[in-house]
Amino acid sequence: MDGVAVTLSFWILAAVTLVAAAGVVLARNLLHAVLLLILSFVGIAGFFLLLSAEFLAMAQVIIYVGAVAVLVLFAILLTPHAGRDNGETRMAAPALLLSLCLLAVLCFVIQDTAWPLATGGGPGLSAADLGEALLTTWVLPFEVASVLLTAALVGAIMLARTPQDEAEDALA
Amino acid sequence: MAFFLATNNWYDFRDLSNISRVILEGAGNILPHGIVYVLAPLIGFVASFLIFVLPSQLYVGVLGERKIIGRIQSRYGPNRVGMFGVLQPIADAIKLLSKEALTPKGADKAVMWIAPVVFVMPAVMLFAVIPFGPRMIIADIPNSLLYFLALSSIPVLATFMSGWSHNNKYSLFGAIRIVAMTVSFEVPLVLALLGVVLFTQTASLQGIVGFQRTTHIWLIVLQPLAFALYFICVSAELNRTPTDIAEAESEIVAGYLTEYSGMKWGLFYGMDIGYALAAAAFASTVFLGGWSFFGLDHWVPPWLIIVAKTHAFYFLFIWTRGSLPRLRSDQLMVFCWKYLLPVALINLAIVATERMVWIQNDLSTNVVYVFAVVNLALAAAIVVAWARFVGYKPEDTPSQPRFVRDARGYVPVGDAAALVQPSGAPKGKGS
Repeated sequence: MDGVAVTLSFWILAAVTLVAAAGVVLARNLLHAVLLLILSFVGIAGFFLLLSAEFLAMAQVIIYVGAVAVLVLFAILLTPHAGRDNGETRMAAPALLLSLCLLAVLCFVIQDTAWPLATGGGPGLSAADLGEALLTTWVLPFEVASVLLTAALVGAIMLARTPQDEAEDALA
Repeated sequence: MAFFLATNNWYDFRDLSNISRVILEGAGNILPHGIVYVLAPLIGFVASFLIFVLPSQLYVGVLGERKIIGRIQSRYGPNRVGMFGVLQPIADAIKLLSKEALTPKGADKAVMWIAPVVFVMPAVMLFAVIPFGPRMIIADIPNSLLYFLALSSIPVLATFMSGWSHNNKYSLFGAIRIVAMTVSFEVPLVLALLGVVLFTQTASLQGIVGFQRTTHIWLIVLQPLAFALYFICVSAELNRTPTDIAEAESEIVAGYLTEYSGMKWGLFYGMDIGYALAAAAFASTVFLGGWSFFGLDHWVPPWLIIVAKTHAFYFLFIWTRGSLPRLRSDQLMVFCWKYLLPVALINLAIVATERMVWIQNDLSTNVVYVFAVVNLALAAAIVVAWARFVGYKPEDTPSQPRFVRDARGYVPVGDAAALVQPSGAPKGKGS
């Protein structure tokens, strides 16, 4: 990483991402939390851009900002009593425990990994390379993920259908 | 671009990048190092706004749209301010600027204030990757098609923010509708564009224009189904009238815009047109050949060609808005998931097969003309066949208007009315 502009953008992005992430936890209003979460997603996309991984940055914006965040918003809209008040729940203690476990795992990974330094500025990852790797070397995880998504889709339909719907469809 | 006759002289207006380069070189000599990098995108954005976006927005988007809609509905449209109403958009802007921007008491003020800003930013940034000529492009990045898709998925957040922050149930209805609709229509839109990327083997808009220029065929002929899908999906995402269920004024006041007034509303209104123009420019780049026009781009400035194509495509938006009735929310959803999505998948499978045949047999580029004929035929066949399969029964040649047929017969007029028995009166909706 060289150049004043790159360093400056790194620190600005880091500050924005971390402040937004802290805001997600601290915001009392559920919708403000989601909006701050989106801001931190955009910050991560900025990091990808700084690392000259343009394709990943755009995929990050399309998937996380365009799809995941919108789904979270939709879930909030469809949840009763979630509108403007993010009150205390009884799940606070288990959630804290879970996050502490996750923090421990992440700290261990960061400690344990040998971080190699890239030699010279490469041309960056192109979309074609990524696609080829996904469909040759990593084809099994890719297919497993698609099976998982299909199962989730079917499960969502099963959960969303009421007995009345099924009766109506049986008649039609 | 060996055939391009434009020279590198600054006065050659066929390529406006010359003059900007001269300005930047001059500025680089005077100003300290690094300022030029800030100046270059600023010049690009200001120029593309002054040459293209602002005039198009005011005179095609605001005035032209109202005039044409007026003519479609057998009225004059705005004709009071200036000759033929040419000063109407300026009068509107002055009116909007001088209006008070109200904020409801129970509203979420911060979110309501930020929403128009979030809405405007991507609309401006979208034009960075539209190629206006061989060198007239602000950012020629390898994945510019994805960049366009990524940025155009942001405005839905802004509309959601505005709809939620008002603390008004009509606004919230609008927000729910737009979120549901965008999530659904994004899928066939991306699948349709994936077909284009697969065919041209590039995700860069300049590369797609280059493909159409070297093969002398527009992608609307090679990918007719993708073009139709893109047009339908993008007009749903843009909230244009046949699908504007998010701000349906006859159902939910003004949807997510209900509580906005003054220039905050003006920003949403203006940038709606900005997004439509960006989508039109994108569609004319991807499907209609961009700045190339079968050799005409040697003589006419390429940026004029793409502006003309954009306006022609925008006319399609106006036309559908003026002539089609608004769909219901559930009709739109069913149409998207049961019709558009399978058709997009079939289209993708066809393109993948053609591409494989092309590569494995090592055919010359002339094979695209065969593919064009095949795809045109297949597109028509798929549209009809899938409609039959799903159960839509398109009426090919209705012999009578539908309401007359539903009324069991015809509505007698004039002398014929005397011949009809009173018992033959309409019985209401038929079978």
